[in-house]
Amino acid sequence: MSLPLYVLQQFINALSIGSLYALMAVGLAMVFGILRLINFAHGDMMMVAAYIAAFALIAGLPLPLALVMMVVGTVLVAILMERIAYRPIRYAPPVAALLTSFAVGQILQNSALLTSRFAQQPVQIAFPSVEFLRGVVTVGALTIPKVNIASLLLGLVLLLLLSLFVTRTTLGLSMRAAAEDIQAAQLMGINTNRVIVAAFVIGAILASVAGLLYAVQTGTINPDMGFSPVLKAFIAAVIGGFGSISGAVVGGYTLGLLEVVLTAVPGMGDILPAATTAPGVIQFFKTYLPSSLTSYRDAFVFITLILLLLVRPSGILGTSDNDNAR
Amino acid sequence: MLHIENIDVYYGKIQVLKDVSLSVHDGELVTLIGSNGAGKSTTLRTISGLLRPRSGRILYDGKPIDQLPPHEIVNLGVVQCPEGRRLFGNLTVSENLRLGAVAAHSQSSVERLRREVFELFPRLEQRRKQSASTLSGGEQQMLAIGRALMAQPKLLLLDEPSLGLAPLLVESVFSIIRRIRAQGVTILLVEQNAWQALAVADRGYVMETGKIILADSSSALLKNPEVERAYLGGAL
Repeated sequence: MSLPLYVLQQFINALSIGSLYALMAVGLAMVFGILRLINFAHGDMMMVAAYIAAFALIAGLPLPLALVMMVVGTVLVAILMERIAYRPIRYAPPVAALLTSFAVGQILQNSALLTSRFAQQPVQIAFPSVEFLRGVVTVGALTIPKVNIASLLLGLVLLLLLSLFVTRTTLGLSMRAAAEDIQAAQLMGINTNRVIVAAFVIGAILASVAGLLYAVQTGTINPDMGFSPVLKAFIAAVIGGFGSISGAVVGGYTLGLLEVVLTAVPGMGDILPAATTAPGVIQFFKTYLPSSLTSYRDAFVFITLILLLLVRPSGILGTSDNDNAR
Repeated sequence: MLHIENIDVYYGKIQVLKDVSLSVHDGELVTLIGSNGAGKSTTLRTISGLLRPRSGRILYDGKPIDQLPPHEIVNLGVVQCPEGRRLFGNLTVSENLRLGAVAAHSQSSVERLRREVFELFPRLEQRRKQSASTLSGGEQQMLAIGRALMAQPKLLLLDEPSLGLAPLLVESVFSIIRRIRAQGVTILLVEQNAWQALAVADRGYVMETGKIILADSSSALLKNPEVERAYLGGAL
């Protein structure tokens, strides 16, 4: 494979992973912006979505119906979660809310476990094949899995719709206003309960799409599948500037790019065409950046993030005085 | 129009309002004055539903409003322009005004209301696309008042509109208050700037450490030596 092609392929990978992180990070950021709540159960929204889709498909329902059920079901769970778990402790200290989010996550994971048992399925379920996401697309010498293209496109389209929503609609503007100053928003006549529910609903819609794409990519689902993505989304939101929606998007794509670069660069020595590259360059990669380094990817990702946060403690788009965090 | 009857309000265990009673009649401009920490802002926050009285009640047009959520109180036409302006700094001037009109009865006429606010404050029209945080202090106060007017208040609660403004701007804020009043809006004005406030108001209440200690016509209060004493918090 030639170098430009390799770079292009990896760039598409980065955008596709970045889209997943961004979709998840936005949901965390919206809720945090208004409630100062780090909703770690957000990852379990992905899991809930994947389980609903899987069971609907296993039961033989047509794909469109299964997808509608997935989105609607996840949204309902999110609404219940806000109403039952988060609303009663809205004025409690942030730590109580954080612990509640872990509890909610545990309850959701155990519910998935129980459902699997009743449905006589194993803990780890093979995710049913989704026709339009299966296989690869070949453009010239470029081979891209369809699911990556879907992640990229769905991510861009949904985030574009979200940006129209928060800049053009009254409800969207109200959400941003509530994130800046919730009491001032109340004094303007904004119904903050409605705004908060809206944030959870939008987060759940984005998480359900992310859940589907993630399940298709990994091929299997299990009750704690949401843990790693929500952690990554949290990191994405932090590096973007926590609480801001645009920050979450920037953070998501930055994290995606970072991961792919740190995976792709160490393998370069094996890929560069020996005929046209100076032997020294290949030697350099083989000596200092061998492909075996790839397995330390997460360590390098986190080191980079620590360095980034040392330089910009409030994230890429965060403001230094952080007046959002009132 | 508004009747506050013997309310007690607490922050946690600390009582901040003690047996406060106060009335504002239709078309009046009433001022609530007192030194820093006397409980003036707390009174307004309680009227707006951000705080709940532990006892006593608040009637608006004869109906109790002290258990309503803040947005429903705005929907009734009781609108507060809070202390410190509390603008949405990341949003534009135009967006701030649009959010002022979130109240149910304003939503269909956002454009017309915005034009009215721009007539009152031409400076804001020039800055309509700028984010609110880039405005000067005086412009921010104008935007805060304009945003409150977008909700078409019947009773406007103004909390320290002259705070932190240069003397010339203080003058213009008070002349704006007169104009709003002339349009038929009833106003309850909280001020530290007692003499200015009494000069525009019909009646006044004087607060000291959570209690109303004086209530009289503005002209009578202006002559009352008690006011000066209360105003300085008894420090002299």
